[in-house]
Amino acid sequence: MTETLTLPKPRAFRPATTEPVLVKWALIALVLAILTVLLFAPLIAVFEEALRRGAAFALASLSEPDAQSAIRLTLLVAAMTVPLNAAFGIAAAWAVTKFDWRGKAWVITLIDLPFSVSPVVAGLLFVLMFGSNSALGVWLVANGYPIVFAVPGIVLATLFITFPFVARELIPIMLEQGRSEEEAALTLGASGWRTFLTVTLPNIRWALLYGVLLCNARAMGEFGAVAVVSGKIRGQTTTMPLMIEMFYNEYLSVAAFTMAAVLALLAFVTLALKSALEWRYADQLAATHRH
Amino acid sequence: MHLRSFAIKSPTPMPGWGLSFGIMLTMLSVVVLIPITVLLWRGFVGFGATGMWEVINRPRVWNALELSFRAALVASLFNLVFGVLLAWVLVRYRFPGKRLIDAAVDLPFALPTAVAGIALTAIYAPNGVLGSVIMETFGMRVAYTELGIWIALIFVGLPFVVRTVQPVIEEIDRETEEASATLGASRLRTLTHVVLPMLTPAALTGFALALARSVGEYGSVIFIAGNLPNVTEIAPLLIVIRLEEFDYDGGVAIAIAMLAISFTLLLAINLIQIWSRRRMGAV
Amino acid sequence: MRLLNTLRNKIDKALIPTEAREPRQPESARTINNDTDLNDMLTTQSTYRASFAWPHLVAVAAVGLGAVSFLAPAVSAQTLLNVSYDPTRELYREYNEWFADWWVEQGNPRPHIQTSHGGSGAQARAVIDGLGAHVVTLALAGDISAVATNTGKIPADWQSRLPNNSSPYTSTIVFLVREGNPKNLQDWDDLIAEGVQVITPNPKTSGGARWNYLAAWGYAQENGLDPADFVGALYRNVPVLDTAARGSTTTFAQRGLGDVLLAWENEAYLALAELGEDQFDIVVPSVSVLAEPPVAVVEGNIPDDATHALATAYLEQLYSPEAQAIALKNFYRAWDTSAADPADVARFPDVNRLSIDYFGGWEQAQPEHFGDGGIFDQIYTVQ
Repeated sequence: MTETLTLPKPRAFRPATTEPVLVKWALIALVLAILTVLLFAPLIAVFEEALRRGAAFALASLSEPDAQSAIRLTLLVAAMTVPLNAAFGIAAAWAVTKFDWRGKAWVITLIDLPFSVSPVVAGLLFVLMFGSNSALGVWLVANGYPIVFAVPGIVLATLFITFPFVARELIPIMLEQGRSEEEAALTLGASGWRTFLTVTLPNIRWALLYGVLLCNARAMGEFGAVAVVSGKIRGQTTTMPLMIEMFYNEYLSVAAFTMAAVLALLAFVTLALKSALEWRYADQLAATHRH
Repeated sequence: MHLRSFAIKSPTPMPGWGLSFGIMLTMLSVVVLIPITVLLWRGFVGFGATGMWEVINRPRVWNALELSFRAALVASLFNLVFGVLLAWVLVRYRFPGKRLIDAAVDLPFALPTAVAGIALTAIYAPNGVLGSVIMETFGMRVAYTELGIWIALIFVGLPFVVRTVQPVIEEIDRETEEASATLGASRLRTLTHVVLPMLTPAALTGFALALARSVGEYGSVIFIAGNLPNVTEIAPLLIVIRLEEFDYDGGVAIAIAMLAISFTLLLAINLIQIWSRRRMGAV
Repeated sequence: MRLLNTLRNKIDKALIPTEAREPRQPESARTINNDTDLNDMLTTQSTYRASFAWPHLVAVAAVGLGAVSFLAPAVSAQTLLNVSYDPTRELYREYNEWFADWWVEQGNPRPHIQTSHGGSGAQARAVIDGLGAHVVTLALAGDISAVATNTGKIPADWQSRLPNNSSPYTSTIVFLVREGNPKNLQDWDDLIAEGVQVITPNPKTSGGARWNYLAAWGYAQENGLDPADFVGALYRNVPVLDTAARGSTTTFAQRGLGDVLLAWENEAYLALAELGEDQFDIVVPSVSVLAEPPVAVVEGNIPDDATHALATAYLEQLYSPEAQAIALKNFYRAWDTSAADPADVARFPDVNRLSIDYFGGWEQAQPEHFGDGGIFDQIYTVQ
């Protein structure tokens, strides 16, 4: 314990690009208050329900084979949908922002469309396409490739639900950045891929990361659409959100909320990864700010 | 396929048109266009426009559609303002717990909507932590009223605006702000005249996405809404009711009505955005 | 199919270097070994390289299809899929274990029994849309009939194939009231009094709620009241229409809303166990319903005789004294009490239970009361 001499602080110098301190703290307080009421309160409620009978009881509910297979399936579905949507997002953002063409607004709107489709209807779409009422569905089942009520249907529905995330994350930022940097690189003789990898990608990687994280979170948490196409076979086509519903309906609320808490924690883990990346590449991140 | 002549307006040295447009079109077709076409086919050809109109043109359905779109608009407008604010606070300010909050913003996506609905209802029910306080102070019920629907929709749409605006703020050149300040603009003026216009495309995108998402939301709303016909019954619930009766045609009809309205709304927002972009680009 | 397999192998090759592909054998072997000729052919092929736009596209588009197809579940002969409704998990978990042992005792290999649980109507819809259920054990005969009429996979006379309308266990609708019954709610007519709040789910989305509604209707009819007015008055006392039974239980028990919850008897007992026996009482009204959750073999989904024998035995054994004891233990009213714990039997008081035939059978009751524009909808029609 060492005594430190406290000097009277010099009057803080405020650069022209920040707000007054009072305003800053008022804004922070406002944001925190709203988040507490709308976001943290329900989150705490989930954890409280999960731990109602103690941590051991909660953890025991996760060791059930059904629960474990639900966790595995959810991770698998996320691992399949996220890269596909990332590839789509990058391609779509490139086509939309680097070229001028007619019908852009229509295409962007089509990309947004899956969000406005109620999840229940999203599931129904694939049932209509691949269910036993459609010739295609019957043919696929007869040849040993069931789509709905099997894993492929779950992947398709999740793909649909999370479709706009990466694209819509990238489009505004690529619009903001314009094309001049890529054009410069091309003029200097860089190939297309090289321009993308060394000029565009570094500029968009944070937006890409946000998009991927959102996509991932939503892919793991989707319930409505998946419920329609899954068939809910225990240990086989039951994802974590479906398992939560089953537990809840079976009056096993501790098990249900524990699994919900696990989903929340999984999201936290991916976000912790993001934070770690940000910290690791802080210099580069700062550099892109200054250009 | 001569993609380059497909729609492109002006020649550009930019490479990758065929590849990027091709991937976009392929996936857009497989995941969105074909399934939506199947839905429309089923509605218009399988069921018929008159039949669909009969299903939709009833007071109860109109009430539900109106409620769904009104609540989604209110929630998304709130998220538009709050999302920009939150993104700004997260990028520009340093304060304890910032990382935690940044991490928590995405949770509404990760939490299955039903869980969110149950948790929100627990808090805002008349005997809940916040519900009882609001009841005593304002004499207002939150859960099982339209207010409850707003709260659920604000929750599910929260990450959209934040996460679209955040990267843009991170990329903003401080020099622009400095220049504005040097030229004598007050901080407020710099923010409203320099920073906000830069955020507008992203914020509008986030708003559109939040709106689209909230219109169709089902899982979280049904727990907090009360679901009384004509009062707190949302349109997606009507679709589910139709499906429960094994009435696919009726469900498809309401789904197409919702789809048409949201598509128009989204298209309008995207047109405004592209139009304003062009105007700004010309400056 | 050949095309698909070729594509899949191509993608496998494109995405994974040969040495990395080996350890994946256990998973991919299932589908790839089927066509060894193709495999041999492909090993001589040059490595796929993504250098041009369109092949690349095809790859991206097909990765999903290809990658997921080898994950499709394998179907073995002794697998049985039981598609059931929501809170039957404990019942069928216990019964599946007992049945598997019994089946082995009969000299058969151990079967692999899978279960699926969800809302009864949604489960029926899934079977109609192609979920490969071998047996269905749903909440309402109407839901099984819907499968029968929409798919033809279940014979029309299914309900006469097993005893007691193909219902191995039954239940009824009871009142769950707050501890000590502060509003002294004893029977249905107490529920329409001013100031009483009744919690029940929406009969349009919840099978159980249809029984709630019909029980009230039956009471009015038995007591010479106008049943339409009576249920109208009842639903005007309902402040929240949850979409499923479980949601209503939560609204009543945890949100503190309402004076009485209308619930399945078996779920009322489950709720007591989960949410606290000291907080609620069960009241059995003078008139209630004979809710018969029926069972049926989905003949159209049975691939072979062995599975047929298994599925038939699975349902028939539900009527054995041991299985009936399991049902009683899980708060269902079963028929055969010979092997049951007397405490499980004594739990259920006598009640005048009206069967669905009293309401003209589901074929009549469903459209008349719960169909689009039916009597229930009229309660909520804007004047």
